[in-house]
Amino acid sequence: MALDRWIALVFVALCCVYGYAAFFTMDHLLPAILQRNPIWPSTFPKILSVLGVIVGLVVLFSPKAKTDAAEASVAADAIDHRRLGEYNLGQALVLLGLMVAYALALRPVGFLGSTVLFLALGGFILGERKIQILIPVAAVAAGSIWYLVQEVLGIFLRPWPAFLI
Amino acid sequence: MLEGLLLGLAAAVTPFNLVMVVLGCVIGTVIGMLPGLGPMSIIAIMIPVAIGLGDPTAALILLSGVYYGAIFGGSTSSILLNAPGVAGTVATSFDGYPMAQKGQAGKALTIAAIASFAGGTIGAILLMIFAPALSSVALLFHSAEYFALMVVGLSAIAAFAGTGQVAKALMMTILGLIMGTVGEGALSNMPRFTFGLMELQSGFSFITLAMAMFALPEALFLVLNPARGAQSGSGAAIKDLRITKDEARKIAPVIGRQSLQGFFIGVLPGAGATIASFLGYAVERNIAKGEEQAEFGKGSIKGLAAPESANNAACTGSFVPLLTLGIPGSGTTAILLGALIALNVTPGPRLMTDEPDVFWAVIISMYIGNLVLLILNLPLIPYIAKLLTIPRAYLIPFILFFTLMGSYIGQNNATELLILVGFGVVATILRFADYPLAPLLIGFILGTMMEDNFARAMQLYRGFGFILERPMTLALLILAAALVFVPAYRARRARLRQAGVADGD
Repeated sequence: MALDRWIALVFVALCCVYGYAAFFTMDHLLPAILQRNPIWPSTFPKILSVLGVIVGLVVLFSPKAKTDAAEASVAADAIDHRRLGEYNLGQALVLLGLMVAYALALRPVGFLGSTVLFLALGGFILGERKIQILIPVAAVAAGSIWYLVQEVLGIFLRPWPAFLI
Repeated sequence: MLEGLLLGLAAAVTPFNLVMVVLGCVIGTVIGMLPGLGPMSIIAIMIPVAIGLGDPTAALILLSGVYYGAIFGGSTSSILLNAPGVAGTVATSFDGYPMAQKGQAGKALTIAAIASFAGGTIGAILLMIFAPALSSVALLFHSAEYFALMVVGLSAIAAFAGTGQVAKALMMTILGLIMGTVGEGALSNMPRFTFGLMELQSGFSFITLAMAMFALPEALFLVLNPARGAQSGSGAAIKDLRITKDEARKIAPVIGRQSLQGFFIGVLPGAGATIASFLGYAVERNIAKGEEQAEFGKGSIKGLAAPESANNAACTGSFVPLLTLGIPGSGTTAILLGALIALNVTPGPRLMTDEPDVFWAVIISMYIGNLVLLILNLPLIPYIAKLLTIPRAYLIPFILFFTLMGSYIGQNNATELLILVGFGVVATILRFADYPLAPLLIGFILGTMMEDNFARAMQLYRGFGFILERPMTLALLILAAALVFVPAYRARRARLRQAGVADGD
């Protein structure tokens, strides 16, 4: 089964869960006075879940459209999941991990430290080995962005690790 | 209208706002030129900055400057590198890149800039004429019509998604609507679908979603496939920016036609700069005769002027539904709508009466933005183009970092970043499977408004009666159904004919 059909299947399942929540778990929480309203908080979700299941099934079962040869050649530059093995999947996954690590470190380590580390490590993962350039670039960028956000835009960003401030 | 123009002039031509226009255009051009960052990602990244300004006029001016700049920057990389940074400028590379190969890069850039300028300016004039008229009609609409209009908008976006894509686009729209119901509904302030999580109480943040849908997948694609947007070395020096009088005479009618056509395509929901530019190119190629037609694809100046004026006019056109109805027709205007709502401005027919300064200032800033692009960016292009030589190892971490910052600054909440990464992965998988993501975001943004209007109509008419009692609502809903079913029916017919089942035409 092609990837888009798997996604449609997941979507139908999602709509079923969503619809179950809308049809069976929400209405009894509603105060009696609101039940006299013609519209309940669950009305719109109910409609959406039904529509979602229908459209999802259409995508799931509609026959595959034939792709033209011309279209395929135009799409040579386009990304294709069947060639995933040829891509730098490892790099992408490590970078995603780095982003999660950054999100978790932002508060405890502070903006400046975590950003310098993020930018430098990101460059390192992508193959840059000149650390003597990488770290200064990252430090200058982190410093100037912090200054812009904090001083010009007036949005507080904790610059140093939590235990210092 | 004159009064409005003066009001707009007064609001837009302050030193601060002028700086914003220039800044927006330059930032847009610089980032739009980089491979893999389209106008949607750039605007999404700029939103926290714009919201930080606090003034809706300045914010909108900045963002529309960024939008124009991004489209212009995209054409620059299309011409110089054959690597369009933006889908709307793919058609530009058909003739722009051959011109650059022939050593006419400077001329190509000038034509692109003039065509963009003309397209944008004509678009702004048309916007000025049509928006007030449409607004006064829209003031007659009730919540029932608004609901129906949003249904039409969402179906049109799905319908224009291309053959075989309609159902997928609809699926994404519904997913967006479903995601829009997470959090406290406006109806009863009862938390819905939050799974008891505090973080979801106020729903998903639209900036996070916009980043996750557009900026993050593009950045990941750049990592995955280094060939994507690879620099094919534009060694050609950019010189001789002048064009001759004869050439100007040749492209003038093309620019005129395509600005008009592009604008009206841009007004339609779902059809944006991309469709306008491809259609403009195709139309001009068909109109051109003999020798000129053979030139297309080999460096025809007409073939360059057509998509350039069409895509800029379409960008302006896409502001019409946003400013008059409050319904975004494209992913980019959806992001702008989100930014406006965050700034406590609700676009719609009342915008012109309630906050005329915002409305007119935007229109004036479009003129100024186009002028800035022409007189400031064109001479700077050879220098800005040097940016294209930044190595990936530096570029990509920065793109990822700006994506993260964009959603962090608005919320100051690290959980938001985890949601961003999660959705980003989901969006990348969806992109792999050819699901369009703009409908999702538009659905998400319109979802709340749609439910509000639906609820109001239901309450006024005590049930679904409003569909039958208001003829306009019914007509709009029928139109929406037709928009979805006609392409589906035609695709089915085409498929059957291919299989040799259907006969007749």
